Amino acid sequence: MTVAVGDRLDPVAIPITRTLVVATALASRDYQDVHHDPDLARERGSKDIFMNILTSNGLTERFVTAWAGPAAVVKRVKIRLGAPNYPGDTMTMTGEVSRVDGDEVEVSVKGENALGIHASGIVVVAL
Amino acid sequence: MSNYDERLDAFVGRQLIEAKFGQDAVNQAMIRHWVEAMEDPNPAYLSDDAARATGRPGVVAPASMLQAWTMRGYAATQALARGESAPGASGFAELVGLLDEGGYTSVVATDSDFEFHREVVPGDRISVDEVVESISAEKTTGLGTGRFVTTVRTYRDAEGETVGVQTWRTLRFRPAAPEAPKALRPRPALNRDNAFWFEAAREKRLVVQRCADCSTLRHPPGPGCPECGSFDWDTVEASGAGTLYSYVVAHHPKHPAFDAPYLIALVELAEGTRLITNLTGVTAEDLEIGMPLALEWLEADDGLTLPVFAPTGPDTDHPRPTEN
Repeated sequence: MTVAVGDRLDPVAIPITRTLVVATALASRDYQDVHHDPDLARERGSKDIFMNILTSNGLTERFVTAWAGPAAVVKRVKIRLGAPNYPGDTMTMTGEVSRVDGDEVEVSVKGENALGIHASGIVVVAL
Repeated sequence: MSNYDERLDAFVGRQLIEAKFGQDAVNQAMIRHWVEAMEDPNPAYLSDDAARATGRPGVVAPASMLQAWTMRGYAATQALARGESAPGASGFAELVGLLDEGGYTSVVATDSDFEFHREVVPGDRISVDEVVESISAEKTTGLGTGRFVTTVRTYRDAEGETVGVQTWRTLRFRPAAPEAPKALRPRPALNRDNAFWFEAAREKRLVVQRCADCSTLRHPPGPGCPECGSFDWDTVEASGAGTLYSYVVAHHPKHPAFDAPYLIALVELAEGTRLITNLTGVTAEDLEIGMPLALEWLEADDGLTLPVFAPTGPDTDHPRPTEN
């Protein structure tokens, strides 16, 4: 795979379903009520349940490794967190190669939903 | 540096959570659960053959799943929700307590920076400990005033070798105060002698008490006539015209129901009595003793309507009194 700075990844739209929010929270062993119980989430000032951070990391990693291929070894996932991913929204992930250093490739990534940027940062993989 | 800052600073470098191994070793079942939920099609997570085709000895766990291996799980989360303390996390509880003391009661995660030193594989035992890297000075953010707390979580294998490091930043903040309900003006102290005046004002009638015997007008309201001593009285309705007899501009104390500075006027009514009131539609520098004034009505809130005065004359298109 030949990679150059400026290469764009195909955007991926991820529908944020209630099932996805709950299933990924439990798969990451995160039982905080704000990720599965709408009533308690609202009681805590949120408008609904929302995606947990482990999942934001996991989906960011998935977005880049799906592009880089199964042999890629993930070295770093660095994200800044912003607008929550609420059920009913769609997060569109975009990415662009921002650094190539030997077999190490840094991809700048961004996940945007209707409220704004959910997560943005970089993923570094060794190809 | 304040004493509070020093106490916060003392946490820098301190272990918040002692190293603790996850309940289960890295295993295929939990990996499957994760990759199915994440809809991650990478075959290197589930198939040894596919993993070998990528040059690995067998399946590997998704990198960012590292945190999941050390999550406390359902039972311990429920125990925490019941108020039980988490073993090995007294430092964390102390820091949260100190932040609460500073009013920083809300928390939101802002950054996660995960560096992976090696891929983890089924059979790995993963531990994590958490150390404070920095606590910022107080910052003003969109969410409220708070402090960024940066910690470093170090993930190690059974041999104590570091497999990953996560720098984790949360904002501990004082939630911005919700819009305070509008303050009300102080209530007048009503009694049997003055209630009639405020009741008339509620109907937007400015009345003046009149002695029923000698017809002398008087204000403020009182039980007896200062001229003849009679207790009999009635009222007349004022025309609403007046002049500025005296005034004072009060800057302090501030009261949330009023717009400072307050223009407090002694208005001489055309009928001859004087009334302490507020001026509206004019600023202090434009006030002149003797200037003509006209009555306006201030509907301060549902329970209070009061007479106020504004300058008359050619430039009388001053703003009408508002809720204040």
